[in-house]
Amino acid sequence: MAKKRVVTTTINGDTHEFLCQPRQTLLETLRDVLGLTGTKEGCSNGNCGACTVHLNGRPVDSCLVLGVEVEGAEIRTIEGVACGSHLDEVQEAFLEGAALQCGICTPGFIMQTESLLDENPNPTEDEIRFYLAGNLCRCTGYDKIVRSVQCAAEKRQTANVGDH
Amino acid sequence: MRDFEYEAPTTLANAIAVLAKNNGSARPLAGGTDLIDHVRCGRLEPDVVVDVKKIDELNVLELNDSGLRLGAATPCYRIYGCPEISQQYAALTDSCRIIGGIQIQSRASVGGNICNSGPAADSTPSVIVLGGICVIEGPGGRREVPAEEFCTGPGKNVLKPGELLVEIKFPARPANSGSHYRRFIPRNEMDIAVVGVGASVVLDDSKENIVSARVALGAVAPTPLYVPAVGDAIAGQPANEDTLRKAGAVAKELVTPITDMRGTAEYRVHLTGVLTERVLQAAISRARGEAICTKIGH
Repeated sequence: MAKKRVVTTTINGDTHEFLCQPRQTLLETLRDVLGLTGTKEGCSNGNCGACTVHLNGRPVDSCLVLGVEVEGAEIRTIEGVACGSHLDEVQEAFLEGAALQCGICTPGFIMQTESLLDENPNPTEDEIRFYLAGNLCRCTGYDKIVRSVQCAAEKRQTANVGDH
Repeated sequence: MRDFEYEAPTTLANAIAVLAKNNGSARPLAGGTDLIDHVRCGRLEPDVVVDVKKIDELNVLELNDSGLRLGAATPCYRIYGCPEISQQYAALTDSCRIIGGIQIQSRASVGGNICNSGPAADSTPSVIVLGGICVIEGPGGRREVPAEEFCTGPGKNVLKPGELLVEIKFPARPANSGSHYRRFIPRNEMDIAVVGVGASVVLDDSKENIVSARVALGAVAPTPLYVPAVGDAIAGQPANEDTLRKAGAVAKELVTPITDMRGTAEYRVHLTGVLTERVLQAAISRARGEAICTKIGH
């Protein structure tokens, strides 16, 4: 058995030091070593996007990243989206728009939407569908998700205008 | 997942040493989007995984007067994130934008795509038509292999044990040139090509005649397939519909596709003709400075 490695990383703004085997994925490390079970396992082969997290600011499928690879990296997971009990605009929009049924895909969709709106604050429907193509949902039929992303974009723009 | 050791060398020399020492039982890890899946499902059984992303040479992305240097581990998003590369090496960025979804493009590399050596690899036809040269380093030193000679069979390539693809070099683009890559898939995104076609053309100063062209095809042969006969058939010809039809007809004669869950051999031959015409037309439009629509189905 390969020796466990010590990995130091920043997750949702906090420094974490943990032990993991080289063969453990980032997804397994988050869930089984660190107890951050908000990130979900779907297909475990990079098709469904349920395990999407941000790695150094980019959305990735955490099932296709090794835990040992994230030494020194910055990670953001679904646990880092809400501020205490205050949901962010994307989470609110998904709730209000009923963009989820069983909920397994939701953390991945929310993380992917966060990346989309950071890159492109006012996406068209086509741009939303293209950017979210790596996230699968077997319940909603996607229309409610797309509408909720549009709603989140509006909420965020309104909030940003209010800030100035 | 299978147990393995993990090494993350920071120099090329150390990476080659680790790969050579393990004589074939070590696998390089770039974006991991193929490797980790292959190890998990047992298709690959490495004893050591060598993370090559911390090596400067493999992260190069440099565009200058003599061409483009693309480090083998450079992820897709960095490539299409560069407007100059998207403009000059458009086929390459067409490919990078449709490999997997956005999450995959955060990690997956063009170097990894060619080393995985799948017949349907989306970026390899583009690398071939843009004249990519694979720079390989190993215990025996450095050597260069044209991209069209790199893959030797499904999942097989010219790399010997201990060798590593370091970068892909592209020559500077000639004046009046344009390129495009397009694949046919039944979905809009996130699928493996039924057929993929890359093309690059150079027009004369009138932009009415083809000086030279390179075409490469995906998913219609055991490897991504460079078809020089298509370029030969249309070099010196006017850039019109008759010429493109001829190109499509020549391409159809050169492919040896199989029938599988994605399509029959007959269907793939038909698609080869249609896509060759359309992709060449788009490359010609780009060479004329015209914008093309890359939306699926257009």
